[in-house]
Amino acid sequence: MATPLSLKELSKKEVLLTAGHRMCSGCGAPPVVKMVLLASDYPVVASNATGCLEVSTCISEYTAWKIPWIHNAFENAAATLSGVETMYRSLKKQGKIDKEIKFIAFGGDGGTYDIGFQSLSGAMERGHDMLYICYDNGAYMNTGIQRSSATPLGADTTTCPAGSVVPGKLQERKDLTRIMAAHGIPYVAQASPSHWSDLMKKVRKALEIKGPKFMNIIAPCNRGWRSRTDDAILLSRLAVETCYWPLYEIENGVTRVTVKPKEKKPLVDFLKPQGRFKHLFAPENEWLLKQAQEDVDKNWERLLKEEVFTKPQEEAK
Amino acid sequence: MAQRIVAVTGNEAVAEALRQINPDVCAAYPITPQTDMMQRFATFANNGKVKTEMILVESEHSAMSACVGASAAGGRVITATSSQGLALMWEILFIASGSRLPIVMPVVNRALSAPLNIHGDHSDAMGARDCGWIQLWSENAQEAYDNAIQSFRIAEHMDIRLPVMVCLDGFIISHSIERIEYLDDDAVKNFVGEYKQLNPLLDIEHPVSYGPLILPDYYMEFRRAQAEVMTKVSNVILNVAKDFEKISGRKYGLFETYRLDDAEVGLVILNSAAGTSKDVIDEFRNKGIKAGLLKPRLYRPFPYEEVGEALKHLKAVCVLDRADAFGASYGPLFMDIASSIYPYKDRPILINKIYGLGGRDYLPEHAELVLNELAEIAKTGKVKTFKEYIGVRE
Repeated sequence: MATPLSLKELSKKEVLLTAGHRMCSGCGAPPVVKMVLLASDYPVVASNATGCLEVSTCISEYTAWKIPWIHNAFENAAATLSGVETMYRSLKKQGKIDKEIKFIAFGGDGGTYDIGFQSLSGAMERGHDMLYICYDNGAYMNTGIQRSSATPLGADTTTCPAGSVVPGKLQERKDLTRIMAAHGIPYVAQASPSHWSDLMKKVRKALEIKGPKFMNIIAPCNRGWRSRTDDAILLSRLAVETCYWPLYEIENGVTRVTVKPKEKKPLVDFLKPQGRFKHLFAPENEWLLKQAQEDVDKNWERLLKEEVFTKPQEEAK
Repeated sequence: MAQRIVAVTGNEAVAEALRQINPDVCAAYPITPQTDMMQRFATFANNGKVKTEMILVESEHSAMSACVGASAAGGRVITATSSQGLALMWEILFIASGSRLPIVMPVVNRALSAPLNIHGDHSDAMGARDCGWIQLWSENAQEAYDNAIQSFRIAEHMDIRLPVMVCLDGFIISHSIERIEYLDDDAVKNFVGEYKQLNPLLDIEHPVSYGPLILPDYYMEFRRAQAEVMTKVSNVILNVAKDFEKISGRKYGLFETYRLDDAEVGLVILNSAAGTSKDVIDEFRNKGIKAGLLKPRLYRPFPYEEVGEALKHLKAVCVLDRADAFGASYGPLFMDIASSIYPYKDRPILINKIYGLGGRDYLPEHAELVLNELAEIAKTGKVKTFKEYIGVRE
């Protein structure tokens, strides 16, 4: 029987990403990884794209990973894991291996939305039995906070700095979760470490489904977000409550919003504690702030509509 | 030593070798002139002739990435490519060798763009010559078939555990029909044996981490260790060749010499053009000119000492390169040969010709031209041009 998703029971499980790794204090990524691995009752083999998580967790001759783990390059965590998973299928068919093993790839937004996008898209289309997890902190944090296609509108980064002529990033972020859903894969979800139970339920569900799965998980970076080191969970909660980062899943084409905030908070509640948006509060940048709120509203409305029209017929009645 | 005699193309022969090897995983992406090899292999897979699981990836970058994952997972892994495909893999080639993964990859040699050209030359493999892979080169389809079979034993040898490229000339060999001797399936199966990966990723009870970060404190020791492994390759190749001779009757070494022992002038040339050159050498021998040839088989790691010993007694040698190394003055093979003979006080005069780029024919008259020039150099000790393009419009 699966371990119940209660803190009491989970606290008895072995943490598979050990302490002593060199991620920054207050980073949102390690809690995400720990939750994902705690959620699984199966043995897991992981691949990892080059990035903060990778460089900080396996510095020779140490490794923080208590599970088999492979890092290949920046843009190929999905293709690499597709190779591992295929070898598993081959050996299983030959009777050389009998264990049930699950395969999880971890990549940051740079390695997932941008440089690793083709590799991810290909692996999902080929139908490998694997779960790809993007820990999204909205920029190339490992190389020093450069803009990615996941960087939110208006954010100040080192390659789109808030200047007197160009006030930060001028483009809306790429909606990768929806793009992955468009691949027609059986399971796509968005999650946040602030809602640990929701996150772990989704991981569990994903691991029970055969085929390619994708989860996008917000992971605050205090260095890049210019926020307090102890605010990662608070900020990820605000991302959910402002509907900047809606928690939802798309299972076999059916969209379900898993957490609906009782009261939809204004986006500024999420933006204000972050130094990367400080310039947006200057009078000349008010238009950007307005546009950012409009984008969030538009996406949230669309998601709610999608939930209605993808509902199976019987249920809808 | 029962062998089937068939008439097949180079691609077909290598695909047959791969069928006989029966690897666990193959990740492949189409590119001319390799495509037809992987098509044939996919046909074997889809008709149950091999146990191989295919990964039909969306690029060569992903092909090599998937090979790295599959090989680390623990099993026999193959892919194949050409030209732009090899160039796209370049980043991951270093990761495959640095991770000590015995992946085998036939490379059907083709020119690099721009300008776009799909025909045979060696620019692709030359661009990947220093990435820590072993490179075996093949004159004809028989050698490509034989090299493909031997490459698994070399790659997987416990002293080596490195990936291997098996190079054959695009179209000239890949698409031309030749007479080939195929070994029996059982003979190949017994020759390559079972493969067991050291520290496989799929060993859940013994979790390992592949692909660590190594900082300046140990990176250099790691690289040095990798260089050390390279020094053991020649010996393994010779031992594998000995075993292969027992089942095939065909002899292989680090390189082939042709009428070289008493030669005064010689050609050094890779792959298919060696065949044409040998015919012309025979004609020159008939005319009383002591000509010979050296054809490298193991190009990486390059057997500098052995090649130097084989060439040191000549008066004049021309190295023919089917690729140029822009800005380096000489072609890549020339530079290796120059390094080989450098330690000798009395050494042959070396010249370099660039030929056959983008599928341009290498004709007997080209070999004649070069051998005449070498005979003149041997006589006078004077060189007009150290490097030039041949078979080209001026």
